[in-house]
Amino acid sequence: MDFINGLITFLNFVAVPATAYGAQLALGALGVTMVYGILRFSNFAHGDTMAFGTMATILTTWGLQSLGVSLGPLPTALLALPVGIVAAIALVLATDRVVYRFYRRQRVVPVMLVIVSMGVMFVYNGLTRFAIGPDDRNFDDGTRFLISAGEFRRWTGLDEGLAIRSSQAITLATAIVVVAALFWFLNRTRTGKSMRAFSDNEDLALLSGISPERVVAITWIIVAALATVAGTLYGLDKSFQPFTYFQLLLPIFAAAIVGGLGSPLGAIAGGFVIAYSEVMITYAWKKVLGYWLPERFEPDNLVQLLSTDYKFAVSFAILVIVLLFRPTGLFRGKSV
Amino acid sequence: MQRLLLATALTAAAGVAGAQDAGSGDPVKVGVILGFTGPIESITPNMGAAADLAVSEINEAGGILDGRMLEVVRADSTCIDAAAATAAAERLVTSDGISAIMGADCSGVTGAILANVAVPNGVAMVSPSATSPALSNAEDDDLFFRTSPSDARQGQVLSDILQSRDISEVAVTYTNNDYGKGFADSFAAAFEEAGGTVTLSAPHEDGKADYSAEIGALSSAGGEALVVLGYADTGGRGMIQAAYDTGAFDTFVLGDGMFSNDLITELSDALDGSFGTVPWSEGEGTEAFATQAEEAGFDPATSYTRESYDAMALLALAMQAAGSTDSNEYKASIMEVANAPGEQILPGQLGRAIEILSEGGDVDYVGGTNVELVGPGEAAGTYREYDIEDGEFVTVEIR
Repeated sequence: MDFINGLITFLNFVAVPATAYGAQLALGALGVTMVYGILRFSNFAHGDTMAFGTMATILTTWGLQSLGVSLGPLPTALLALPVGIVAAIALVLATDRVVYRFYRRQRVVPVMLVIVSMGVMFVYNGLTRFAIGPDDRNFDDGTRFLISAGEFRRWTGLDEGLAIRSSQAITLATAIVVVAALFWFLNRTRTGKSMRAFSDNEDLALLSGISPERVVAITWIIVAALATVAGTLYGLDKSFQPFTYFQLLLPIFAAAIVGGLGSPLGAIAGGFVIAYSEVMITYAWKKVLGYWLPERFEPDNLVQLLSTDYKFAVSFAILVIVLLFRPTGLFRGKSV
Repeated sequence: MQRLLLATALTAAAGVAGAQDAGSGDPVKVGVILGFTGPIESITPNMGAAADLAVSEINEAGGILDGRMLEVVRADSTCIDAAAATAAAERLVTSDGISAIMGADCSGVTGAILANVAVPNGVAMVSPSATSPALSNAEDDDLFFRTSPSDARQGQVLSDILQSRDISEVAVTYTNNDYGKGFADSFAAAFEEAGGTVTLSAPHEDGKADYSAEIGALSSAGGEALVVLGYADTGGRGMIQAAYDTGAFDTFVLGDGMFSNDLITELSDALDGSFGTVPWSEGEGTEAFATQAEEAGFDPATSYTRESYDAMALLALAMQAAGSTDSNEYKASIMEVANAPGEQILPGQLGRAIEILSEGGDVDYVGGTNVELVGPGEAAGTYREYDIEDGEFVTVEIR
């Protein structure tokens, strides 16, 4: 019984939250890695693209709610998601036409595009705040829990509770569907193959008749869709605040780099590595070990490797270690 | 008699000067530096409105120093970005030429503005809401005052409340800045002295993506309740949400930064049965302020609204009492007008107060919060202990 109590504690405070957070980071990192692989620059505006797409989704959700539309136990935002994606696609394609294409034609060095993307980031930042304001918005109108801690305790008679939020389940399910669709697209379709060819060797791809503008446009469309999905899932799970999305940029980049920039598989692995290590290294293991170890080994102190203040140091320590020993990331992406 | 003559002469001089530039003297500019953006942006609009209310009341009664009008110049303290706040305050002093600062709000930026702008330029400041105990000992050339009490006191009150409810073991989480750290330390000291145990005191960063790691650690440490000393709009709210979702804690004890109507409406399930403290006051002054605020169209009950009105009123009355807009001349008068002896002044009687002072009389400013400045110029303070029931704040008692 003690073993099960310990396991439930571990699942409740480590596995479940870290898996959901990891899936959110992975979807964000996929977008960053796609831009890096095909357009060859680190897109700092990604966090705010997420915020913009989520904002469009929220505005549509409100519209649907006022019309009385609802998905029952599921959040209405899922119904509004396609509209958010279309809005984000329109925004990034317009940005590409007005801003990035100009610099691409100049064949500027990648670092210049990074700086340009920072400018774009500030513009998106302003756009989002202008439309929806800087406040915190909670737009999850579905059932909040799949299993709540109290109910779980009553059902099982255990001392420890396990809570699984609907948003966590939705996040994981959506992430799996989206990633599967993306891999199918990249590996099986003609357009996907041409994108990978373009990413591997631009000149060779151009010689074989691949239209660069088309590849770029499709990349942006996929990136905007990924960003909106990631942003909406994150907003459903926590809440929407433009400022938080800007902050999300750091762990997302850490995830993409750890996995290997340009490698979609790496982005997913990186997302989970970052999320799990942030939670596990700063978790106080006292309770779990108290259940698992025999009584005389029971720890007196918290058994916390690092205080939670150093949560971010953990992601960056991993980043540094990976870059030192495998500069191209875990999955052999492009070197930074 | 001599004073009367002098006053008459001054009035005459002012009259002549007034006739020349077709007005009654230059306006006296007062900077209002509050976090209009950032973690406490949901309470600052009412704080700003309260300061404006004091100013318009004085101006309608004819201004200070024989007809000089007060003029508010606003700036954004951002609450968290000391560099931005310092730059904003510097701008107010050097390019707007303000005579006093009403602000700032959060303790960290207030300390930065005090050290980098107010003291070097010799401008007095009265903060309505900076509550860090560290500010009591700051190098301030006697220029710094606050109409809110130091958290050293609030830590004590919070500890007393827990004792009275027979809670002896708690986990603490605080926002990782001057306010949170100072508050958590003073609470832990008071609580442990009274025989309680703090199982873990863990900071949280504001505006972060995920709080499951912090909650995991706090839950493992255990405790009967989680004491949250953070901000209602960002980190504190995220911590409560995460603790509730994982079932880590059922009862939350809230510090003053967590007193927000938005918070309890949105997290009403999580917060039912929790309790907390917020600086509060009752009595004639509070009621007079409430009536006035409602007439002006804003909610008098949000955090630090009364303190903001009082901060602005104190500055204006002190200038009148000293007969000068030079901070170094009027800074000593702030304590004088705030405390006895003198005629008691409630909100809505600022015009009367100015009249008394201009006749050489003495006032004891009561204001919206029963202002009584002690020690290095900070409010003695009373707190409201509240329960949260069905998404409403219910007063238990005033301590």
